[in-house]
Order: sequence, then C-alpha cells, then structure tokens
Amino acid sequence: MNPQLTNPRADEIDAILKRLPFAQTLGMRCEVLGDEMTAILPFQEKLIGNVAIRALHGGAIASFLELTAMLQVFLVSDMPRPPKPINLTIDYLRQGHAKDLYARAYVLKMGRRMASVRAEAWQENRAEPVTALMAHFLVATD
Amino acid sequence: MNDKPKKQYDIAAIMNENINVMRDVVPWANETRFRVTKVEKGHVFGVQPWEDHLVGDPETGVIHGGVITTFLDNLCGMACSAAMTEMRFVATIDLRIDYMRPAEKGRDIIGEAECYHLTRTVCFTRAWAYHETRDKLIATAAGTFAINKARFGGPRPKPEVPQT
Repeated sequence: MNPQLTNPRADEIDAILKRLPFAQTLGMRCEVLGDEMTAILPFQEKLIGNVAIRALHGGAIASFLELTAMLQVFLVSDMPRPPKPINLTIDYLRQGHAKDLYARAYVLKMGRRMASVRAEAWQENRAEPVTALMAHFLVATD
Repeated sequence: MNDKPKKQYDIAAIMNENINVMRDVVPWANETRFRVTKVEKGHVFGVQPWEDHLVGDPETGVIHGGVITTFLDNLCGMACSAAMTEMRFVATIDLRIDYMRPAEKGRDIIGEAECYHLTRTVCFTRAWAYHETRDKLIATAAGTFAINKARFGGPRPKPEVPQT
C-alpha cells in the first residue's frame, strides 16, 4: 500500500475488525483510501435469509451497513474507540443476491455529541443500491 | 372477482406446530442462534442467546446491535405471516431500530413482535427486545413489510421465457 495515500487510522480499522467477533462472524473487510472507505462482505452460504429464493438475510445486510457506518465515523474522527449506535433506519430497496456485497458510508454531520450517517450497499451496480441505512451514533466520550 | 370464498388457514397455529423447522430454512438465523418460542395470531416470541461469536464490543462483551436487528427483523416478518389466513412470504420494506441500553453480557435476550395492522399489500409491525420485562428495554423496532403474491399450494408462477 502507498503510505502517502493511507489514512493513519486505516490500520486501526483493520485492527478493530480483527478483534470484533461479530465482524469476523460476518466475514467483512474494509479498504481505506484517505477518508474514503469501501466495506466488502464476501458472499457466504450462512448469510442467506431465504433458501427458496437464495436472498441475503436483511439482518445480515443491516449488520454489515451498521458496522460500515460505525467504522466510517471512527475513520473521520479522533475517537479512541468506535461510536455506539443510538438508532438506525434501514430501507430494503432490492433483493440482495447470493454474491458479494459492497458498502460505503457518508458522515452527513459530525457533531460534538452525535453523528448522522448514511450508508448504502450495492452489488453489481453502485447506482442500484440493495439497501440504504440512516443511523445516529453517540460520539461524546464523557 | 372470484366469488368462491377463499380457504382460510390458521397460519399462526401451523407456524407454532413447525416452530423448529423455520430456523433450518434461514441460514443466517441459524448462525445468530436465535430461537422462536411461541407463535400466536399476529404475535411472535423468541430468545436470542448470548454467544461469543456475536460480540460487538470486546471490552464489555456486549453483543452487536446487528444481532438484535436480525432477531427483531425476523420476528417482525414472522408476526406478519402469523397475522394472515393464507400462507404468504413477506419482504422487509423498512425497519427502524432504537437502542435504549446495551444488552448484558452472558444473558438471553427476549424478543417479542406484533403485526398491528395488515392491508392487502403491506404489514405494519413493532417489536421489543429485553432481558426481563418490557419496562426495561434493550431495543425497539418498527417495521413495514410487503406481502408477496407467491403462495403455497396456489397456482405456480408463470414459467420464465426459456433462454436460447
């Protein structure tokens, strides 16, 4: 990796994913370039929610997006640890097929106490998101 | 309109009888290890056990919010089916989760979902997650679900145009 392109917090993202048992259960990973992060959820049979239509489970997609949003807040902040979620809304726009899923999150507002984050997950086509998430995180450290 | 009365089923009773079968057809539910304990008309109860591989904060041992999202999403979807009189699949349109307090390490989480309104196309649901009673909540959920047209025992869907 080119060190000039790399955000110093990128390595921390990797370390967090490695020590989060649930992130390991999902099998997700992240690629960071500067302040831009793409999360990747490689397809696994255990992520299926409906064996008849072979669709990804909504809960697995939501978990992936929640982690993506949480890590994006961590990436652009100077918090010592990832923020805690307050609430989230998930819109299931299209069926998640039995293949890899990608996601990016955007911090719409980084306040002193709270962060508002939007995240989207897609498969073949970035312009056709499978699922969208809007979440609020507590960023106050006191 | 078809004037023959449609056959009515007690879907909740059928689901209650097949309570353990349902998890086998949902691999992700099998991975997160939750159990459905009781199905009543429009109402579903379940238990999400604490497990090492579901931890979302290694410092406190609290399970990840995504596990609760999965749990409540699934219970809400089942509550929709349990409110119906014919077997239909439902798909989540949207789901909102509010996290009130972290779940405690090592303890089971009880989940409860109800479908409080049903139209021909959409189900409206809410759900609660707690350790002991609904007075001390871990999380709440509100979800809407689309009712799919496909039906068990009904006419088969039209075959797709064969690929050449």
